[in-house]
Amino acid sequence: MTYIAKPKFHHPGLPKNELGFTHRDYEGKVSTLCAGCGHDSITASIIEACFELSIEPHRVAKISGIGCSSKTPDYFLGNSHGFNSVHGRMPSVLTGANLANRDLIYLGVSGDGDSASIGFGQFAHAIRRGVNMAYIVENNGVYGLTKGQFSATADRGSKSKRGVTNTDNAIDLVAIALQLGASFVARSFSGDKTQLVPLIEAAITHKGASFIDVISPCVAFNNHTGSTKSFDYVREHNDAVNRLDVITGRAPITVDYAPGTVQVVEQHDGTRLALRKLDADYDVHDRLAAMAFLQKHAAKGQVVTGLLYVDPEADDLHTHLNTVEQPLNTLEAKDLCPGSAALEKFNASLR
Amino acid sequence: MPAASPLSRVNDFVVRFANVNGSGSASANELFARSILRHGVPVSPRNIFPSNIQGLPTWYEVRVTEEGHLGARGGVDMMVAMNPQTWDKDVASIEAGGYLFYDSTKPLPASKFREDITVVGVPLTAITNSTYNDPRQRQLFKNIIYLGALSALFDMDPKLVETLIGEQYKGKEKLLSSNIHALHLGRDWALQNLKCPIGLRIKKADKVGDRIFIEGNSAAALGAVYGGATVCAWYPITPSSSLADAFTAHCKRLRHDPETKQAKYAIVQGEDELASIGIVIGAGWNGARAFTATSGPGISLMQEFIGLSYFAEIPAVIMDVQRAGPSTGMPTRTQQCDIISAAYASHGDTKHILLFPEDPAEAFEMAAQCFDLADRLQTTVFLMLDLDIGMNHRLCRPLKWDESKQYDRGKVMTAEMLEAGTNFGRYLDVDGDGIPFRTYPGTHPTKGSFFTRGTSRDEYARYTEEGSAYQANMQRLLRKFDTAKDLVPRPLQANAVKATKYGVIYFGSTAPAMDEAIGVLEARGHQLDRLRVRAFPFHSSVSSFIAGHDFVFVVEQNRDAQLRSLVVNELNIDPVRLVPILHYDGTPITARFIAKAIGDHLDQLKVTPLRKVVS
Repeated sequence: MTYIAKPKFHHPGLPKNELGFTHRDYEGKVSTLCAGCGHDSITASIIEACFELSIEPHRVAKISGIGCSSKTPDYFLGNSHGFNSVHGRMPSVLTGANLANRDLIYLGVSGDGDSASIGFGQFAHAIRRGVNMAYIVENNGVYGLTKGQFSATADRGSKSKRGVTNTDNAIDLVAIALQLGASFVARSFSGDKTQLVPLIEAAITHKGASFIDVISPCVAFNNHTGSTKSFDYVREHNDAVNRLDVITGRAPITVDYAPGTVQVVEQHDGTRLALRKLDADYDVHDRLAAMAFLQKHAAKGQVVTGLLYVDPEADDLHTHLNTVEQPLNTLEAKDLCPGSAALEKFNASLR
Repeated sequence: MPAASPLSRVNDFVVRFANVNGSGSASANELFARSILRHGVPVSPRNIFPSNIQGLPTWYEVRVTEEGHLGARGGVDMMVAMNPQTWDKDVASIEAGGYLFYDSTKPLPASKFREDITVVGVPLTAITNSTYNDPRQRQLFKNIIYLGALSALFDMDPKLVETLIGEQYKGKEKLLSSNIHALHLGRDWALQNLKCPIGLRIKKADKVGDRIFIEGNSAAALGAVYGGATVCAWYPITPSSSLADAFTAHCKRLRHDPETKQAKYAIVQGEDELASIGIVIGAGWNGARAFTATSGPGISLMQEFIGLSYFAEIPAVIMDVQRAGPSTGMPTRTQQCDIISAAYASHGDTKHILLFPEDPAEAFEMAAQCFDLADRLQTTVFLMLDLDIGMNHRLCRPLKWDESKQYDRGKVMTAEMLEAGTNFGRYLDVDGDGIPFRTYPGTHPTKGSFFTRGTSRDEYARYTEEGSAYQANMQRLLRKFDTAKDLVPRPLQANAVKATKYGVIYFGSTAPAMDEAIGVLEARGHQLDRLRVRAFPFHSSVSSFIAGHDFVFVVEQNRDAQLRSLVVNELNIDPVRLVPILHYDGTPITARFIAKAIGDHLDQLKVTPLRKVVS
């Protein structure tokens, strides 16, 4: 970490987005994570994604659990409310927040210890409920803050920094998210910002439960030979199925794609996802095929990345509950309290 | 056994129905209780049920009480013994001179009866089988047939029972007429073959007034609707599940937009209690009024989140319908045993607000009030119900709502205030009451955002491990708790007719038994001043009440005198001055128990006055 406070001033020529904000307006406090931490790259990607999408920073609620990854919401979107809640419980807190005000953007930030171990249940249930959120797991395979114990996403056979071999099977959160019905599932790598930024943008604009598993090497405890979550290992075994461009508004697709190589997916809010296929046979709309594809490639030791599944027609928990359009937290006594006449009627039915 | 003359009582006796769980007896038994109410005679019914769906024994007890004593009485004057499994125990439990009502289709040996009771046999199975072919019908109508026979034995007005059946099956003509038919089958058989009425009789009176008959869980759930709760997250657990069910039913009736049919509420059945309280805290953080309903085991599971709510200062409401612990304990039996675990829930130094309703009417009012208190104090507020209040129909005053009442959303800084340059520190005490301002997420583009955390922070919500900042914050939380003392419902005091040196403190579902016990004690020559505590933290009047008496009994339904511990600990009271009166076998506390325990204690004092021992 750095001890130097970040200056507030910035170059007047910094590029501005549609709302007139610069990158700096999406930054937070200075990171206290280790220099070179994968998580800081994810923080930078979130900042860039929000800038590119021209989101009003205060309209985002960033919610996390406990752990290195869960500290990061303090390091981006300083004008957003953040909630560093309880270990493994970000999904329930986010669900409650989302129910209270459906108009904000919910960014859930978690780690592999947080989501695959103590909070595995909450991860599963928030996804199966279809909470409208972008759920990002910063996955490094170890407990960093407690100094390097294996987490539940550590691959069987991978070695810890102390030389211990992991004998437990790994939980693949992407496979689980697919099975649980997440309507947007992706995997990326903190070292590949060009892949990650558009995935975050797409996850934020997607309506429904979006999940991104971001492999994010821990430079302090899990970046050695024998680890399957090190920078070198992930770079060598990364198997990206596609590349994504997110196109917002009515802007035409200007990028020049070779014919037949691009699939365009239009989401609820009008954003379009332009997918450049790297694997010609991969279909992002086929949940079952995606699950089989992942299993096959995992068996070969490959880390499949990219947008793995999307259902652009998905709905969310509010749709299931048929809640009013107006955020529940803005309803007042006149909307909520049935009054004394209704109570009299009720009393009469109890005599 | 010596012969006892048969009991002869009008509008003052206890009937207990011994049934098999799942046999459909519950609705017939409830019909019996309601019919007596229609005679203008108060009743207090209680379900004594197993943690089971079908097959195990279950009892339904109706205390008929023209005097209006709504606590359990203890003892049984008439046993309606419909369960062979529990026959021996049921017969043994009848008071001398009492009555036994049973199905006489198959003869039973004389050894199965008692000589000091009156036995009333009705061949229920024979009547049922000769009338109905369908086995389920036989089972259900048998219950109505015994109800009919009882109506004759107790001299009840059959028209009133018929009216009730008519209301219950309104629009279902076939069911209505078949139920009325079954009622008369039993009634006519009894009139023709038995000496009716017996010594226990119902006589029309005018003692019910405008009171309503409602379960505490339903009343508390309606309080949540009136109090503006929009988010409810819960996990099924006896005896609180019916509270969430009732909230759902009330919301379906009262909280849908008339035009769009959309819901002005969100109810989520969580995957566990942790998720439930997490959802509540997430919603509270984001400015919605939210609650969960649970019982003791749920409170244990929620501990970590409750600490977060305390320390990060997030409003939450927990309705705890207490049951007998520890561990799984007796899930279908009542106790007041979560007082300590709720008051000091979570690790580290914590204290929480507790409200103790005495009946459904107060459960309604306090449930609504919980949301104002949670918003005002920005912390968790517990509504401490129990199975006795929650899952039994109780006669209580009608529910009332003050139309002029506005919700108190507490100290919330708005975009306008921020725009005007008001200094915002999330944990800054601006006026000395210990309560800081908060902002809802999404309030202002550049001002008023903060990072909520369970870790230590300064007044501006910045992370710190500085001892002085931590301590100042912990002291402010104590100040806030002090502020709460004057916001929560005050204790209610009722003084004895004659001046007395002795007092009694009680709370929650003990109230009706305690009020009745006072009369019994007075008859024994004992005067007691009463203080019904309605909330924690304790108002200053609790200290002064104790100071004003030589000693004070503390009556509660748990083994460890939990409220007494709280009084000793929080008010620095010498424990010697607080005499615990403890009832914790899982049945509701009775006036008989209280009067005996307190009476015996006071009798001892009479025999050996303290002065004599000293001199």
